[in-house]
Amino acid sequence: MNAVDLASSYDLIVIGGGPAGLAAASLAARAGVSTVLFDENPGVGGQIYRGITSTPVTNRLILGEDYWAGEALANEAEASGAVVVNGATVWSLDPERVVGVSIAGKARLIEARRVIIATGSQERPFPIPGWTLPGVMTAGAAQTVLKAQGLLPDGRTVMAGTGPLMWLLAAQILRAGGKIEAILDTTPRRNFLRASPHLPDFVLSPYFAKGLALLREVKAKVPVRRVSSVAAVGDGKLREVVSDRGRMPADLLLLHQGVVPNVNLALAAGTAHAWNERQLCFQPVLDDHFESSVPGIAVAGDGAGIAGGTAAAERGRIAAIAAVRALKPAAAVPDPQSVRQRLRREEMGRAFLDWLHRPADSFRQPEGDTLACRCEEVTARQVRETADMGCEGPNQMKAFLRCGMGPCQGRLCGLTITELIAAQRKTTPAEVGYYRLRPPVKPITLAELASLPISEAERKAVER
Amino acid sequence: MRTADVVIIGGGLHGCSTALHLALRGLRPILVEKDYAGRHASGVNAGGVRQLARHIAEIPLSIASMALWENIEDLVGDDCGFSSHGTVLVAESEQELAGFRARVDDLRLKGFAHEELIDHAELKRLVPAVSDDCPGGVVSRRDGAADPFRTTQAFRRRAIERGAAVIEGVSVTGLARNGSVWRVETSDGPIEAPKVVNAAGAWADRIAAQLGEPVPLEVIAPMLMVSSRVPPFIDPVVILRGRKLSFKQLANGTVVIGGGHLAVSYRDENRTVLDWTKLATSARTVWELFPAMREATIVRAWAGIEARMPDEIPVVGPSRTSEGVFHQFGFSAHGFQLGPATGAVMAELVATGATNLPIDGLGIERFKA
Ligand SMILES: Cc1cc2nc3c(=O)[nH]c(=O)nc-3n(C[C@H](O)[C@@H](O)[C@H](O)COP(=O)(O)OP(=O)(O)OC[C@H]3O[C@@H](n4cnc5c(N)ncnc54)[C@H](O)[C@@H]3O)c2cc1C
Ligand SMILES: Cc1cc2nc3c(=O)[nH]c(=O)nc-3n(C[C@H](O)[C@H](O)[C@H](O)COP(=O)(O)OP(=O)(O)OC[C@H]3O[C@@H](n4cnc5c(N)ncnc54)[C@H](O)[C@@H]3O)c2cc1C
Repeated sequence: MNAVDLASSYDLIVIGGGPAGLAAASLAARAGVSTVLFDENPGVGGQIYRGITSTPVTNRLILGEDYWAGEALANEAEASGAVVVNGATVWSLDPERVVGVSIAGKARLIEARRVIIATGSQERPFPIPGWTLPGVMTAGAAQTVLKAQGLLPDGRTVMAGTGPLMWLLAAQILRAGGKIEAILDTTPRRNFLRASPHLPDFVLSPYFAKGLALLREVKAKVPVRRVSSVAAVGDGKLREVVSDRGRMPADLLLLHQGVVPNVNLALAAGTAHAWNERQLCFQPVLDDHFESSVPGIAVAGDGAGIAGGTAAAERGRIAAIAAVRALKPAAAVPDPQSVRQRLRREEMGRAFLDWLHRPADSFRQPEGDTLACRCEEVTARQVRETADMGCEGPNQMKAFLRCGMGPCQGRLCGLTITELIAAQRKTTPAEVGYYRLRPPVKPITLAELASLPISEAERKAVER
Repeated sequence: MRTADVVIIGGGLHGCSTALHLALRGLRPILVEKDYAGRHASGVNAGGVRQLARHIAEIPLSIASMALWENIEDLVGDDCGFSSHGTVLVAESEQELAGFRARVDDLRLKGFAHEELIDHAELKRLVPAVSDDCPGGVVSRRDGAADPFRTTQAFRRRAIERGAAVIEGVSVTGLARNGSVWRVETSDGPIEAPKVVNAAGAWADRIAAQLGEPVPLEVIAPMLMVSSRVPPFIDPVVILRGRKLSFKQLANGTVVIGGGHLAVSYRDENRTVLDWTKLATSARTVWELFPAMREATIVRAWAGIEARMPDEIPVVGPSRTSEGVFHQFGFSAHGFQLGPATGAVMAELVATGATNLPIDGLGIERFKA
């Protein structure tokens, strides 16, 4: 499907083809709603099921049964009648539900009566000393390469961080025949106290057995050390990893401390967000049907607050049911109660996991020369000093220091900047707020923008 | 009850500049800003410090400002990121060039020499990247560009250092005469002062209306976009007349593209919604004019809320109805350059009741029904 082949409007546009987007688009299309799904990747699947229709890793044991569960969702979407467009980057969404999308170098503005944002999550910034050295990358990036290309990390590999995904990736690497020298577990010990009231729910949740098995599998093969500091050291390239438990030579350091909602598109559309103290991130303010504060725009999946891949699909279904009911009240939809029940079951273990893996302050609020914004090379010290001088929020900080103005558009520094300002000014991230984000939420080339059909441009210009 | 010599409503560059100049005159102003200084037009504009192509009525202000810009560090203790590479107005046709020639000749007759007509060769020398089809243009060589937020903050900081008070996050909600002073109501309690300056930008019409002198202020939101870094290829700020475009490469290689296309604005919510169809028009113009930009990426786009008057020149001068109140708003998308000197003029007006610099034609009485 090319940009020129798209209709100028659809009943429903779903943005993101992970579990949430796939489930939402399938459900809506089956109910007879004209639906298009845009995803920027070459294939559907999102993060959890990345490369599900194309991965070269065909030994099903390596990525595990939870990964292959994505096949059913992908097939369902394929059969549903939804128009699924891959390689389609959405760079704008406005409150009137006009979606700016680029496909193969051409841009279009497409209108929708409803929009479901299902753009998922991203890894939380992990700003330790040396995190920008070549040889240091996020665990998620390593997993992306493994899923998409079947490639394993090279050389002496160390992992550092916390959270279920770190252990999952370690297991996937080991199963694929890769080697990990050590895992530096940054989970603060005292987190368990905070998490323990939620232990009973966790034990009953689907995560419990899987999580334990995963830990056992990894710990049997890799030495694991609890640490309370990590730094990457090297000249022009990683040489060793230094922690409070000693130093070790390494060629590759994989960092991960959980995932947070990918808020850029939802924020650019003008939806209200709020700080989630348990998950230490901003997330959209949503009603029971995952409808945002902007009429007609819903946010489903991990973008609505982290709850995992299975919950993402159920959330996508709930949002889609609401969309179908609004657009085609007579259409048959699945019973929302049973969907909600499954969602509740999925969400049950979450509180325990969140409290247990809540990264320590020192791993979120760097000091000294550690970079807070890597694009514009702004250090933690600069941010702290500017906050001391009276800078009260990330938007002013941006104007003072240019942090968040680089190509990543604040994704890799947003939370760090907010938390640093809050820490320094002795207030809360909720009070400090987040970057004011604007489209384009993904860089768009001048050529793409210039390619917007003129007729469309003129038509819109008249309408407004 | 707080009292002051002057209450300034609005912490854009204009309010901050007036605060500084009043403080320099030994007065004690209180500036009240509903958000934070530089949150709106003054902090997010294109930073163009341009005398070129201005309405005759504001040229004296613009020229006075230019002199202050050239020594901006002396005034505010910060270079404000100012650099001077000129502004070039490119003619895209012989016909357009003829129009420019008439304007430059007319300015000469009136005694202004800052605009200079250039031929194709000089245009190519100044802007090698421009298309070969352009027959010439106009240059104002002393023009330049500065960092808007940094500039506004520098004025704010220096004003405070010189004795002004700046209150942010507080709105002015009304004002009324109370004997010999004005009682300015704010969301954080009243302030009394004999003099008030209305520098409330795109919200200034509300203050004027309260004083019984409504103005036809239009709220607009000019848009800008900025590219990824590209190798340096252009020094001056380039503007077009026929097709709306302003174009400037910053020292870090990024290119700021503007030109007056408007977003939809919601001033009560401090919100704007970009219009990509119009940004696409700008992109097409750049694509045609500067082949060097074709591979560039647009990384950010935004709009700022601004006041535009029907005649596109500001309101600068005393209130028509209310003694002790002065207006300084309506800069119609080109008030950044005017900030330094307009503050000085306002301070002079407030302090002495008169000003040496001609501001004829800028008074609010021109909108009397
Ligand atoms: C790097 C990473 C790896 C992960 N790996 C796993 C894993 O192996 N197992 C697991 O259980 N959980 C994993 N997660 C957690 C994961 O996010 C799941 O919970 C699940 O994928 C969430 O589903 P979702 O549908 O909400 O979003 P996602 O699966 O993240 O899908 C969102 C999709 O939207 C697309 N998208 C985003 N922005 C745009 C845009 N502007 N235009 C077009 N498309 C866009 C993305 O490319 C992506 O395909 C991972 C998370 C991250 C960040
Ligand atoms: C995108 C864009 C590009 C531009 N490019 C250029 C350029 O290149 N060169 C140039 O010369 N000019 C340019 N301009 C125009 C220039 O930015 C403005 O003319 C100038 O900044 C106006 O300054 P101001 O102080 O009047 O207004 P503002 O900066 O808007 O300040 C007014 C302030 O008053 C506050 N306020 C309003 N009502 C109240 C109240 N009741 N109580 C308290 N506070 C209140 C507002 O919050 C606001 O901060 C551009 C403008 C925009 C938007």
